[in-house]
Amino acid sequence: MKRLLIAGAALAAGLAAGGWATAEPVDDTLEIDGVPMITRAKAPEGHPFEEVLSGWLYREAETRDLERDSIENPAMVSVEDGEVLWNKVDGTAGKSCASCHGDAAESMKGIGAHFPKWDEDSQKPINVELQINKCRTEQMGAEALPFDKGGQNELTAYIKHQSLGMPVEIDLSEGDMQSWWERGKEVYYTRTGQLNLSCASCHEVNAGKFIRADHLSQGQINGFPVYRLKSGFTSLHNRFRGCIRDTRAEIPKAFSDDLMALETYVTWRGTGLSVETPAVRP
Amino acid sequence: MASKPRIKVPKSASAGEVITLKTLISHEMESGQRKDKDGNPIPRKIINKFTCTFEGQMVFECDLDPAISANPYFEFNAKVPSSGTFKFAWLDDDGSVYEAEAPIEVK
Repeated sequence: MKRLLIAGAALAAGLAAGGWATAEPVDDTLEIDGVPMITRAKAPEGHPFEEVLSGWLYREAETRDLERDSIENPAMVSVEDGEVLWNKVDGTAGKSCASCHGDAAESMKGIGAHFPKWDEDSQKPINVELQINKCRTEQMGAEALPFDKGGQNELTAYIKHQSLGMPVEIDLSEGDMQSWWERGKEVYYTRTGQLNLSCASCHEVNAGKFIRADHLSQGQINGFPVYRLKSGFTSLHNRFRGCIRDTRAEIPKAFSDDLMALETYVTWRGTGLSVETPAVRP
Repeated sequence: MASKPRIKVPKSASAGEVITLKTLISHEMESGQRKDKDGNPIPRKIINKFTCTFEGQMVFECDLDPAISANPYFEFNAKVPSSGTFKFAWLDDDGSVYEAEAPIEVK
């Protein structure tokens, strides 16, 4: 009994010493299949941080290794499924993605690094998921893919994966992107929900600290869609909604104006980081 | 949805070095034990054999059974005596053979 008590006391002391420390991002470099990833970049002008850091740097060694090896990365199977969808004919026009765009390795290179873009037709920013749907409805004569279904995430990941390693940079001078950026910034800093939290409450003010037995990162989105250890293959808007749900706020719809503005703004916050799609995160 | 298998072989090694090879193939590995909505059995369709050869010499071989889950992953070691090519083959129940190969240079 006495021995147990001592063990308990030692455990408590260990928790007290280790549990409340801040979790600094690690000093490590990431290379996937020989392609070096930029995990630290100088922040763009007007950014609250001096340096933007990939969420990869906040992860445990085992999680980091999963992403480092494309064979062990569980989301690569989804990327392969995306490749099958890329070549699959669908809709009344009898076309697949490949019918127009050919080899994705060529035609989709850079896409993942430069979306969201300005869409003249809808006068809104458009992301990869919605661009796929636009192609499907306007060019292929197929149904738009519903949120998180029908292979939307697999195809998105396959397309973004073609930009692996390329630094994120979006063009805010296109159309009205600047005002959507402003709106996204407002969404980012607006406290919502019963817990009265904004995105910044965690990912800016408390980045690097522990929450729910995990490290708070800067909340970068350069690796989406990601493989999450807790929920599997996960899309960006699913993650946005999950975060907002956790603040106990009303959850906006996926691809709604608020979330598209937020995607635009948060993508900008990760300017200079490599596209890591599909990243591995807890 | 069997697509092209993925393999990982180091580009180079020193003579006699033990290297690690990794392979993964997307495959549903339908066991034959399941039934569809109408109660009819779903026919078995698995990869039943995997082989790896180096310049015609067997390096690794194994039989797969229905209890092996989807997307079978193999990791094994091999000693490389000289430069050459590793050839990998996956045999499907339906008779198809999925193949891949990778060269290695011994310095």
